[in-house]
Amino acid sequence: MDLSAINPVLLIASLMVAATPLLLAAIGEVVVEKAGVLNLGVEGMMITGAICGFAIAVETGSPVVGFVAAAIGGALLSVLFAILTQFALANQVASGLALTLFGLGLSALLGQSYVGIKPPETGDAFGALGDIPVIGPILFGHDLMLYVGILIVAATWAVLTFTRVGLILRAVGENHDAAHALGYKVKRIRVLAILFGGGCAGLGGAYISLIRVPQWTEGMTAGIGWIALALVVFASWKPWRVLIGAYLFGGVTVLQLNLQAAGVAVPVEYLAMSPYLITILVLVILSADKSNAPASLGRTFHASS
Amino acid sequence: MIKLEKRPQPSDLWSMATPIVAVLATMVFGGLLFAFLGKNPAEAIRTIFWDPLFGEFAFYYRPQLLVKGAPLVLIAIGLSLGFRAGIWNIGAEGQYIMGAIVGAAVGLAFYPAESVLIFPLMILGGAFGGWLWAMIPAILKVRFGTNEILVSLMLVYVAEQFLAAASLSFLKNPEGFGFPGSRNLQQYPSAHNAEVIAGTGMHWGVVFAFIAVIFAYVLLNRHMLGFQIRLTGEAPRAARFAGVKPARLILFCLGASGALAGLAGLFEVSGPAGQITIDFNVGYGFTAIIVAFLGRLHPVGILLAGGLMALTYIGGDIAQSNLGLPAAAIQVFQGMLLFFLLALDLLTNYRIRLAKRETA
Amino acid sequence: MKRTTLLAGVAMALSLAGAALAQTKVGFVYVGPVGDGGWTYEHNQGRLAVEEEFGDAVETVFVENVAEGPDAERVITQMALQGADLIFTTSFGYMDPTINVAAKFPDVKFEHATGYKTADNVSTYSARFYEGRAVQGTIAGMMTESNIIGYIGSYPIPEVIRGINSAYIHAKKVNPDVEFKVVWAYTWFDPAKEADAAKVLIEQGADVVLQHTDSTAPLAAAKAAGNVIGFGQASDMAEYKPAPRVSSIIDNWAPYYIARTKAVMDGTWESAMTWDGIAPGMVEIGEITDAVPEDVKAAALDVMNAIANGDYHPFTGPLNKQDGSAWLADGEVADDGTLAGMNFYVEGLTGEIPQ
Repeated sequence: MDLSAINPVLLIASLMVAATPLLLAAIGEVVVEKAGVLNLGVEGMMITGAICGFAIAVETGSPVVGFVAAAIGGALLSVLFAILTQFALANQVASGLALTLFGLGLSALLGQSYVGIKPPETGDAFGALGDIPVIGPILFGHDLMLYVGILIVAATWAVLTFTRVGLILRAVGENHDAAHALGYKVKRIRVLAILFGGGCAGLGGAYISLIRVPQWTEGMTAGIGWIALALVVFASWKPWRVLIGAYLFGGVTVLQLNLQAAGVAVPVEYLAMSPYLITILVLVILSADKSNAPASLGRTFHASS
Repeated sequence: MIKLEKRPQPSDLWSMATPIVAVLATMVFGGLLFAFLGKNPAEAIRTIFWDPLFGEFAFYYRPQLLVKGAPLVLIAIGLSLGFRAGIWNIGAEGQYIMGAIVGAAVGLAFYPAESVLIFPLMILGGAFGGWLWAMIPAILKVRFGTNEILVSLMLVYVAEQFLAAASLSFLKNPEGFGFPGSRNLQQYPSAHNAEVIAGTGMHWGVVFAFIAVIFAYVLLNRHMLGFQIRLTGEAPRAARFAGVKPARLILFCLGASGALAGLAGLFEVSGPAGQITIDFNVGYGFTAIIVAFLGRLHPVGILLAGGLMALTYIGGDIAQSNLGLPAAAIQVFQGMLLFFLLALDLLTNYRIRLAKRETA
Repeated sequence: MKRTTLLAGVAMALSLAGAALAQTKVGFVYVGPVGDGGWTYEHNQGRLAVEEEFGDAVETVFVENVAEGPDAERVITQMALQGADLIFTTSFGYMDPTINVAAKFPDVKFEHATGYKTADNVSTYSARFYEGRAVQGTIAGMMTESNIIGYIGSYPIPEVIRGINSAYIHAKKVNPDVEFKVVWAYTWFDPAKEADAAKVLIEQGADVVLQHTDSTAPLAAAKAAGNVIGFGQASDMAEYKPAPRVSSIIDNWAPYYIARTKAVMDGTWESAMTWDGIAPGMVEIGEITDAVPEDVKAAALDVMNAIANGDYHPFTGPLNKQDGSAWLADGEVADDGTLAGMNFYVEGLTGEIPQ
């Protein structure tokens, strides 16, 4: 065993990359759930974003255009969910699961001719600044999307906390009947929230297919969308806690691989379980904080008057 | 302007008709998809919906429908109890795995002894494994208020690691030349979940699935606990006034769904699957969530929904092999079917009206 | 009861097949999607090669994403019912289902990949990927400057352990100071996790990364890191040529699939246990690029040729097990039984095999 082989600076830099897809998908879902909608289709929207981003980036040669396409792709898929839950008043849990099934199939059909291709590279955002010792790799050594992810978290927090839009969104999520009585367009607001969630999930998926792996393979998100859903609960629907949760989960994942490589004598299966167990443990400790889910979460709204 | 008007009572007619309309709509849109992929749409639809039931080889596929549908129904029945009361067990997949591991371990502990008591003990072990795994989120929720969605979901991944460990170490077949996976229980008569009537596909898991449907129906309609479950889901405040103890309900609902998922795992591992392997679980625990809602959380509805899902899986595989359709197209098709089933359910509870000008 | 009804079905199927006997029908059961770019993708390339070779004389069918267990048994049965003459089942977990179905369809031939159970109408086939690992290990040992070689494994199954041992033995042979760091992903398929694992190994000093997982993620991580090399796995991964991908191990099932299909058509098919390596082309070594010096390339090719023409076996003694106990005496060659179920490291490897 040689723990000195683990470089904490590189570990932190790596966990930020590992956490970014989770972060993007989870922050979108926070907004959706804050509006009172439970969309379990994150995995389906992520994988759709992953192939849309990949295909467009390959065709245009531009990762930036790819990411835009990924957000659009994820949002387009979420339109299906919006139609089902907001206009056909279908059950949200089942609709979300169906969306995942549909998204996995659709992405595989779209991606048939993109197997075994290398996408254009996304460069580091700050170039040489990343070479500064210690803080360089952590603060400046990343690709642009990683910073965009953090910015989205900050913006979501600011909008939810300080703006009228955020207030209305939360009102709709807490009590849609009251919000409706006050004259807010409950459905319109929820549809927009769902689209935002789809877009963010799409970005998260494309981060995997364009930066973190990067390649296209069927089903390549491999369950990250589910972890993102869990993180929203972990974060008690608070944007900054999504960031903490994603970094915690990503951190433990990377750390357990580091421990393996360093030859720590803990059975691998326990190391592999650790990200999930630690997430549960931390949540139990945080359970003292009784901030609850939005009160209307998952409930169908229909204006009866 | 289209307007929805809530019906005073759900329409019985539409409640029966919407699934049929949904299937027809899926045939049209799915047919378009298959045509777009260059396949004969009529043939594809026939292969998926007709061949498993009435085709040339239906004698083989009909029993397979029971094999495929039983675990879905068994798990979905358990989940529906909690879902009705607003208790969200998303981790049935993990409970299914743990039921299979514990149940198989009980059976293998006796190997090679033969006794009629072994299989009943395994059934208890399977139910216990699933129940235990579901008790973790239940107790954490009761004791600390921890959200059960997160805990039950995370425990799926933990269970998957246990499954890998079981296949690679403590349940590994000592005569398996070092390859992962346990002994095959199909070749251990006392532990084999054989067909009750040979050739019908009717193994003990299928029997238990039917019993669970009846049991759930009686519980929900005739029993105080069932009333409490329904009341808690529909009017939580009223339930508290009616003396419902939330903690007891949480423990019961999660425990029951865990035990049923564990049973499904045990019957699968001792019957159709035969052995514990790294890839033993195939997503029944997640698909069952869809089945529960497709069946409108009603026991009989769940039975039908489980059958329909099983049909599309089996028909889908036939279509792949006979028509060269990619698996992805089948997934998209299943997704469509679910979308239509969920969307058209609207007609059961609402009337669609073209709003007249006077409202303007 | 089930058996008789099934047999009746078989008779029916056979009479139907008899009507259109001109064509030989070959079925393939895949564990992943054909678009996985790795294991299943290469099996499907083999299927396409069969179609190419025989044209209209052969019809191939396949079902992808088939879960191991009852789903596999159903899909295999369905192919047999519908008149397949030969069925390739391409995952270890299909072993018992294949044997079960084969017992009900004595006239259909079955070929199960990577298993150990055979019957009169069931053959097994597998590839000696460890031969390719010997070539990789040679390159890795000569190329490494940090003397740390990273290895990403999926699960600790004999196939993977054999690969680690073979690579280590040959790296050590050319570079006595070499050290292996092994990371287990504990998943068959999760590209993001593979990427993380590769990064971790590189951060801990590895400048060569070997992988037993099928995604290009480790190569992408190697490229991003700069002075790190890797190898294509399952497919050539030519898009990362000439560096970091300096060579590759390609699963090439085409020759075998063509030969076995031909045997069924000629009526000469017999049950066999095939374990082929570099020589018959089942294990293909992808181009060694100019990113490695000439002498390294030459040494690697020497190992490859010696294995191919039978002069050399990658597991030749003297070799000890990890705990120091003797395994193979000087000049002794490992037997296939031990290799097939290999569950120990050779001497010099550190860490424990998780089990």
